[in-house]
Amino acid sequence: MSLTTTDIARIANLARLELQAEESTRMLDQINAFFDIVTQISQVDTSGVLPMAHPLDAMPTMPPIHLRLRPDVASEPNDREANQRSAPAVERGLFLVPKVIE
Amino acid sequence: MSAKLVQGYEVVIGFETHAQLSTQSKIFSRASTEFGKEPNTQACAVDLALPGTLPVMNLGAVERAIELGLALGSHIAERSVFARKNYFYPDLPKGYQISQFEIPVVQGGEVSFMLGEEKKTVRLVRAHLEEDAGKSLHEDFIGQSGIDLNRAGTPLLEIVTEPDMRSSDEAVAYAKKLHEIVTWIGICDGNMQEGSFRCDANVSVRKPGAALGTRREIKNLNSFKFMQQAIDYEVRWQIEEIEDGRAIQQATVLFNPDTGETRAMRTKEDAADYRYFPDPDLPPLVIGRDWVERVRSEMVELPWVMAARFVRDYGLPEYDAAQLTQHKTFADYFERTSALCSQPKLAANWVINEVRRFFTDGARDDDGPWAQEVREDGETFRVPASTLAKIISRIVDDTISNASAKKLFQEFWVAENPVKPEEVDAIIDAKGLRQMNDSSALEAIIDEVLAANAKNVEEFKAGNAKAFNALVGQAMKASKGKANPAQVNELLKQKLA
Amino acid sequence: MTELHHLGVAELAAKLKNKEASAEKVTEHFLERARNDVHNAFLAIDPELTLAQARESDAKLANGSAGPLEGVPIAHKDVFVTKDLVTTAGSRILNGYRSPFDATVVARLRQAGMVTLGKLNCDEFAMGSSNENSAFGPVTNPWNTAHVPGGSSGGSAAAVAARLTPAATGTDTGGSIRQPAAFCGITGIKPTYGRASRYGMVAYASSLDQAGPMARSAEDCALLLSAMCAPDLDRDSTSLDVAAENFSRDLLRPLARAGKDGGALKIGVPRGWLSELRDDVSAQFSDQLQRVSPLADMRIMSGIQELMRQGAKPIEIDLPNTALAIPVYYIVACAEASSNLSRFDGVKFGHRAADFADLTDMYKKTRAEGFGQEVKRRIMTGAYVLSHGYYDAYYLQAQKIRRMIADDFQSAFAQCDVIAGPVAPTTAWKLGDKADDPVASYLADIFTLPASLAGLPCMSLPVGLGEGNMPVGMQLIGNYLQEAKLLNVAHQYQLATEHHKQQPGAAA
Repeated sequence: MSLTTTDIARIANLARLELQAEESTRMLDQINAFFDIVTQISQVDTSGVLPMAHPLDAMPTMPPIHLRLRPDVASEPNDREANQRSAPAVERGLFLVPKVIE
Repeated sequence: MSAKLVQGYEVVIGFETHAQLSTQSKIFSRASTEFGKEPNTQACAVDLALPGTLPVMNLGAVERAIELGLALGSHIAERSVFARKNYFYPDLPKGYQISQFEIPVVQGGEVSFMLGEEKKTVRLVRAHLEEDAGKSLHEDFIGQSGIDLNRAGTPLLEIVTEPDMRSSDEAVAYAKKLHEIVTWIGICDGNMQEGSFRCDANVSVRKPGAALGTRREIKNLNSFKFMQQAIDYEVRWQIEEIEDGRAIQQATVLFNPDTGETRAMRTKEDAADYRYFPDPDLPPLVIGRDWVERVRSEMVELPWVMAARFVRDYGLPEYDAAQLTQHKTFADYFERTSALCSQPKLAANWVINEVRRFFTDGARDDDGPWAQEVREDGETFRVPASTLAKIISRIVDDTISNASAKKLFQEFWVAENPVKPEEVDAIIDAKGLRQMNDSSALEAIIDEVLAANAKNVEEFKAGNAKAFNALVGQAMKASKGKANPAQVNELLKQKLA
Repeated sequence: MTELHHLGVAELAAKLKNKEASAEKVTEHFLERARNDVHNAFLAIDPELTLAQARESDAKLANGSAGPLEGVPIAHKDVFVTKDLVTTAGSRILNGYRSPFDATVVARLRQAGMVTLGKLNCDEFAMGSSNENSAFGPVTNPWNTAHVPGGSSGGSAAAVAARLTPAATGTDTGGSIRQPAAFCGITGIKPTYGRASRYGMVAYASSLDQAGPMARSAEDCALLLSAMCAPDLDRDSTSLDVAAENFSRDLLRPLARAGKDGGALKIGVPRGWLSELRDDVSAQFSDQLQRVSPLADMRIMSGIQELMRQGAKPIEIDLPNTALAIPVYYIVACAEASSNLSRFDGVKFGHRAADFADLTDMYKKTRAEGFGQEVKRRIMTGAYVLSHGYYDAYYLQAQKIRRMIADDFQSAFAQCDVIAGPVAPTTAWKLGDKADDPVASYLADIFTLPASLAGLPCMSLPVGLGEGNMPVGMQLIGNYLQEAKLLNVAHQYQLATEHHKQQPGAAA
């Protein structure tokens, strides 16, 4: 499975990454080199095998891990100042961004 | 089954409703969900997606999903999975929304309601849990938007229907019914102005018998009136396009309430590639059957169950029972009143006719008693149930006439302070509304009236029924409205016989 | 008296408890060494903060409320967020980020009494095997500064090896504790997935990331691991709800009695991983499996032989899907990373581009400027394998093979107690050697990736010098929750050998 420059452009857009022309080319070559070793997985017979999304899914020595549920209590205090101290642009408590056009 | 065609086209509508759940804290963090606070004061580190933060699931959100599933007769999944929906937007701090994709918590189910005389049923595909995004504020900033993440992480249930609806009327009726249900069972406060209940309408048209047309999605309709307008406009627009030879492109559209038009949003081609995958930070949600049964046993009585009980236990007609159970506050008010005066039929009439008029007259149709706050005395309406019960008792024991009672009630409704039941008698006396029940005094008045209205007497005896009413009127007038109308009728009949 | 920096964690803790040295003195000593760090291991040091913590520790030691590791210094890989020190995750995109909270692991170690020496350099977002992917320059290997220290916890390994700190935290997603520990001649352990809280660890690949200690002995690692690991049920939904353990409890058990049934320890040696056992492996398999370089191979074999000398019994096992671990790991890790790194968008924290036309442009430039090449590559790869039309063929297929790999291990553990083998095919390579060939780097991860995918506990301990006189590490892999057993085996090995005591010439 070989990626094309169109693929690279589409993915870069999806991932919100601006790539310079020569960066794009290099990226294409390197990712394709990776996919050369990936092709072998398509030859593996996985019929009947359940996907393993998580190691927690596979630990036979313990009961299956389920989502823990916490009680519905609002215990997190307002810590706006500390939470926003690394923000690039804040005004009146709001994060500022270039205007969002719908 | 009929649905009116529009210019020969069949309208096909499906809804996706986002109901904000009435939990104290967010779905994946412990920040408060209270509305209307200063920006970003209710967005903790998890909500802001600060590096290293992780989601932890809110039990209250899951419980509310179970309640919805039970109310709609859905299947509650024993095991469901959370998935990441990946896209970039400033109000989405992680750059992905935690939602459910392949395996939602609630599957199937249906919503039934009356559309005029016809019973309609809309099938649900699914309902799943997900987190709400923050808000963008555009007004005060030039060329910029201000992002408030207080709302980010508020739990939502996204409720998705099959495309079963065939008119904007039906769609709005569905939305109203769903709204009633979620507020009735208490999982959502239903405040549409605050964004607690938002609907997206998927609309397409086709010639009867043809394949489904391409649909466009009208997003974020937060008022029943706008829903109707938006769908009607969209339908007309689509038909016009088709008639002009243009194909409908799938699109997301917004409704502009000022212009009454729908308009496609700017979309990029791969906006739809959300790259869903199971969220590795959250193991699967498992809901055991015993939990479901416990929720079922503790759930508030559902409206249609209550309506059936009203018919069975109070002997109310089905229609009245349905009217009363349209909103829980009415139903509760009716039952409290009825219990206090032991007059279910009267109490029902009063609630249906007198109480509700205060809400439908001039009120916006998405305003409702759920917006009322419960007062200290535990009451929601301006006339406490105990006071109404007292009024009804005074009708039943002939102290006041029905007409007087109505006037009293309307005055009580707008009084500055709620009128207590023990104050009613004094007010009746002060206003001189006490009916004359003394037959001898009444007889005397009637004799006078008969004497003074000989012409009417003749006409009545000649067969003119209206003349009788005129005599009744005269008698009431002569008694300054204090006569018991039933008694007047009785006595007149006797004397004219 | 041995200089303080030659003492391990256990020894320092004892000295402090016995009041033979004060925390302040100990801390000052290490601060001085950290300040003179020539390996670019440290990214942030705050002497005032550190000394204040040391004084607090002295007070606790005086009034009897000391924790088990009171006053012992530790430095943290810079993917753990800290309130009082800037966190970079080795990247420009965090741009002076100051976290409002400490990572749970950091807090737990502070609770045990440890004094924070500073933040350590690492590959950007823990992506890399050489620490050449850091935005703040590479780290050099104290054994030979022309060589890489390994990665992604290169700063942690170098700092411990150079005796700049007695202990460091690292993280291991695909080998990032084990491999730098091997390359720098120190000991490091990655516990079972879910043992250590991930809250406050900048996420790379959520189903693979695990925190672990790096120090100069298994004994030290056991102490550190015990302090680090406990359920974090309130904040991490993937944290295992198992009782906190004393991982030092089995250190002294002789291998002749360390087996499942109290008998001899059975050591599984995977066919094909070492040259001794390559002959009867299928051609296809041995093609893809990188050969371990001869000297390194020899050292590891010697390591296994030492365990046999102590009474352990070797047994050949099969891990037939080893080579598939490479594509499977990178598909899964890149997919998760591509999503985890979406939050770096210039809106709430970190770097934001100075010039942009609109919102989309702001995102694209911010991320282009802030992320390094390897990170961009992995984000792109991850976005691709998750994208419409490719999910089934790549991501889903990878997760299925992942289960097969985990099942392979379970079959193996039915026959043995621990698995022993190489950490890496070679000793540390020269800086720049693999810089332009990311795939070559990926291929060298072959021995560490399988245990990562399965979530098993695993560790590396030094077994001597190999090619270029550079350290060689032996890997031990245990079944779920068997950290105490791994540390037992490693400790018994270290009681009888001196490799872990060797120091690089540079660290006199």
